[in-house]
Amino acid sequence: MRTILHRGLTLAAASVLVIAAAACGGGSSGTPGVTASTVVVGTHQPLTGPASPGYSKISVATKAYFDHVNAHGGVHGRKITYRVMDDGYNPANTQQVVRKLVLSDRVFAVLNGLGTPTHTGVLDFLKTNRVPDLFVASGSRSWNQPAKYPTTFGFNPDYTVEGKILATYIKGNLPNRKVCFFGQADDFGRDALAGVRQVLGAGTIATRQSYVPTNTDVAPQLSTLKAAGCQVVVSATVPGFTALAVATAARLGFRPQWVVSNVGGDKTTLAARLGAAGAPLLDGLVSAGYLPAVDEPANPWTVQFRKIAEEYAPDLEFDGNVIYGMSVGYLFVQALQAAGRDLTRTSIVDAVTANGFTGPGMVPLRFSAGDHSGYGGLRVNRVTGGKQAYVGPVYVTDDRSGPVREYTEAAPTPPANAIPVG
Amino acid sequence: MARVGLRHLTVTIAGASALVGLTYLLDPFRNYQLATAAAYLCATAGLTLLIGLNGQVSLGHGALMATGAYTVALLPSGMLLLSVAAAVLVATLAGAVVGVAAARLRGPYLAGVTLAVTMVVPAVTTMADAVFHGDQGLSVAAPPAPLWVAPERWQAWQAIAAAAVTLFVLANLLRSRFGREWRAVRDDEVAAQLAGIPVARTQVLAFVVSAACAGLGGAMFAVLAQSVSPSTFSLTLSLYLLLAVVVGGLGSLAGAAWGALLLVLLPDAIHSVTDGLPLGPDLAQRLTGNLPLAVFGLTLVLVVLAVPGGLQGLLVRAVRRLR
Repeated sequence: MRTILHRGLTLAAASVLVIAAAACGGGSSGTPGVTASTVVVGTHQPLTGPASPGYSKISVATKAYFDHVNAHGGVHGRKITYRVMDDGYNPANTQQVVRKLVLSDRVFAVLNGLGTPTHTGVLDFLKTNRVPDLFVASGSRSWNQPAKYPTTFGFNPDYTVEGKILATYIKGNLPNRKVCFFGQADDFGRDALAGVRQVLGAGTIATRQSYVPTNTDVAPQLSTLKAAGCQVVVSATVPGFTALAVATAARLGFRPQWVVSNVGGDKTTLAARLGAAGAPLLDGLVSAGYLPAVDEPANPWTVQFRKIAEEYAPDLEFDGNVIYGMSVGYLFVQALQAAGRDLTRTSIVDAVTANGFTGPGMVPLRFSAGDHSGYGGLRVNRVTGGKQAYVGPVYVTDDRSGPVREYTEAAPTPPANAIPVG
Repeated sequence: MARVGLRHLTVTIAGASALVGLTYLLDPFRNYQLATAAAYLCATAGLTLLIGLNGQVSLGHGALMATGAYTVALLPSGMLLLSVAAAVLVATLAGAVVGVAAARLRGPYLAGVTLAVTMVVPAVTTMADAVFHGDQGLSVAAPPAPLWVAPERWQAWQAIAAAAVTLFVLANLLRSRFGREWRAVRDDEVAAQLAGIPVARTQVLAFVVSAACAGLGGAMFAVLAQSVSPSTFSLTLSLYLLLAVVVGGLGSLAGAAWGALLLVLLPDAIHSVTDGLPLGPDLAQRLTGNLPLAVFGLTLVLVVLAVPGGLQGLLVRAVRRLR
């Protein structure tokens, strides 16, 4: 009898606890996360864990940009609040933190949620709750499924587009080499490989190896690539693993031509990872980009973004991740402006679908009713003497068998204060 | 015996109904947390039985949960009840295999073997990439909630049902011959053997029952998250489960419930605290990922030192003093 009493007591105590906790959360009518003076958006980012090198700075930069915009009056009188949740690049954590953002913090939208494996797991949840899922920080093709996920939009050029463009560079500049592939064991790696194969031909990849972000031992894979006599290694890797691969290869006495995805090819991030002794290994590294570069000091976007970073995030070392984070912030402000004074979840999705945005990107965004993928092209860059500079033309292409074309239109110059004119 | 069973049934139904009523008072996020706690409870109840009542330690329960979760993910969606049953079955089989090995080992050696089981999960999902999709995992297309109930509330009901079934079965088992044998083996293996109890068989059985509970918990995890990935079932999960049953109160089902609730609420509470503190972004970043683990570890040490009976023991003592 006593056990029953205890059990009942436990149950009652537990119920009280949960109700008390529930009382803390409030509810309101209208569009979640939007008031006359604020708009709350959330994101999930790898502030810790295997993908944190480099990427942990992105949300800090976006936040700095929003602080800058808020200091200039916000958008339609609304200040932007950016709630950043750490998921450690762990899909299980992403499930938790995104639910917290949407159900508990009641964010208006999820912005720039980072990672292919992480964000893939929350697509269905965001769809069920009709949350705008804007500018996902990954180049997976999964974000471009307008019929299945009507509120999800990409940002990065997808990895297949990138694979095709990197392969075009290899074809033109590194002919007759033995090309191999090293990639993340998920849609990131798979999509990138599909693009490379599209241009070079399916049989031309001599060896391909993959890694999982939870295992930091990549020596077996790189030994295999070395043994296969690879001369060019196309690497679809996050920065931590690019650095790991380059360093491990060097230890094995393996010095291939590295051709790295833009998400894992930021020189400043990699150099910080490799340290002073390892940084020279990056010389000759080929990657790509679609945003202004740190090593283009004269680019007006770089100048403006650097100024904002110095004012609102003075401890942040200025690199490609910072430019990326600010570019995301810029596009979101454009979307908010286009959505109009009467901001709803429908109005922002309509505004993004209508597109017409121009900003720091070198190529157009592809958003339309039938296409939710982000930027449609890139420009190859190369590290020479410690500087990462763009080389050759800007290319655009699609994620299928379409041709890789040169894109000649110049990017616009930034408006005053780098705040879009609404 | 029948009277005890009836009493357990009454308590279970009353408790489950109270919780279902509670779901109407909670906002969606709290309902999701309640669902998660109920899913955790399936596993912690099984684990507290194994450790507290049979004296076998397991650091492999996260992996056993994974077998349940992946079973649900790999089976065709639509017949959820059937895939959950299959998940329990698969976890039971996995538990039988590990249990046979476990029955031959004691103390740290047992912990070592079960630890190895946990480490195998990510390796298997990566090696059989075509089936398990590596780190990215699989998505679970659980049947949608009926139109008249909010999705999070519906998830909470499903998890509460699973936890209720688990607790009912375990409560009855504990009061039966099996429960007495488990305790006898825990207290003194030699004495138990002299009394005619087959020690190894008893231990395997305890492990199998415990694994079935973990499988059910894992299956509910898959349904709640609508996805399965190896990182959900990492070593950290196994350690958390162990912490939860010790902090909650080893060997008692109520303690398992406290532990499950703690697993859900503590990380959340810590996040709110760090959110409210005026920390530099750098420090805040480092804290968010690591603080829950540190707090859990510290709590464990304090509980073992100060209140070996865990939260439930503390509560029982407090009630006694009041009387």
